[in-house]
Amino acid sequence: MSSRRSRSRQSGNSRITDDQINDLVSKLQQLLPEIRDRRSDKVSAAKVLQETCNYIRSLHREVDDLSERLSELLATTDTNSAQAAIIRSLLM
Amino acid sequence: MASPLISNPEANSDRSRESKKKKRKKTANQNNQDHTKWKNRAEQQVYSSKLLEALRQVRRNQSPASGSSSEVPLRGRAVREAADRVLAVAAKGRTRWSRAILTNRLKMKLKKKKPRVAVTGNPRSKKHGVSILRLKEKRLPALQRRVHVLGRLVPGCRKLSFPDLLEEATDYIAALEMQVRAMTALTELLSVTGNGPGTEFSSNRPTPS
Repeated sequence: MSSRRSRSRQSGNSRITDDQINDLVSKLQQLLPEIRDRRSDKVSAAKVLQETCNYIRSLHREVDDLSERLSELLATTDTNSAQAAIIRSLLM
Repeated sequence: MASPLISNPEANSDRSRESKKKKRKKTANQNNQDHTKWKNRAEQQVYSSKLLEALRQVRRNQSPASGSSSEVPLRGRAVREAADRVLAVAAKGRTRWSRAILTNRLKMKLKKKKPRVAVTGNPRSKKHGVSILRLKEKRLPALQRRVHVLGRLVPGCRKLSFPDLLEEATDYIAALEMQVRAMTALTELLSVTGNGPGTEFSSNRPTPS
């Protein structure tokens, strides 16, 4: 990755090669559950980026939902017993 | 002076885990982020316990001011912020988004006290918000538009170059996935054992204050 960065700096940092873009986009593609399962190689870069944005947004939503549930649970639960449960799961 | 081995077994195991992580850090390439660390089960468990500790703090800070009934939506937000903060700390400052989360938190705290604050002490923080490029032209190619949106979603990465942005986004997604897994597990644990008899440890454990 460092070699790529120095190369782009030498070229004035204005033009990132298409190969670089495709490379990174395919790397990103591997992470997205949607596209990975479809097994198609012809996904456009724009589509990958859009799926990335959607995925990040849905992850944010999930975290928000979990935060809500956690806040409700924590209001009613004793944290000592919760910590004990966590330690137990760590040891197992 | 007193040996910490007896009084804090949890911290000791944390330290041994951290030394293992340091060895892993040395073997991984410096520039190449080791994204698989987010999939590591031990990392997730450390995150869970740190998150719980942070949430205890939040609860303690809130309870003296409580008394009104409109606390629940605030608490959800506080939980989210604590979760993000612990996640950013877990990244150990190697990624921009984690540093941006932590400096944003700092900036907001300072802004509450004074209306105008110049936060200049952080050489590694990204100063976004100083000049926001409003790209309102709809004739931008689809790719660039999406890149812009992505830059807004990942904290602290608005003006990043394309390869750096993708690198950050990759790590951010992996971290978010871990966050979701950890919080889900935590929720399940709490909902099962929250009201159950789990007090055999509480009397023996020294509660860190």
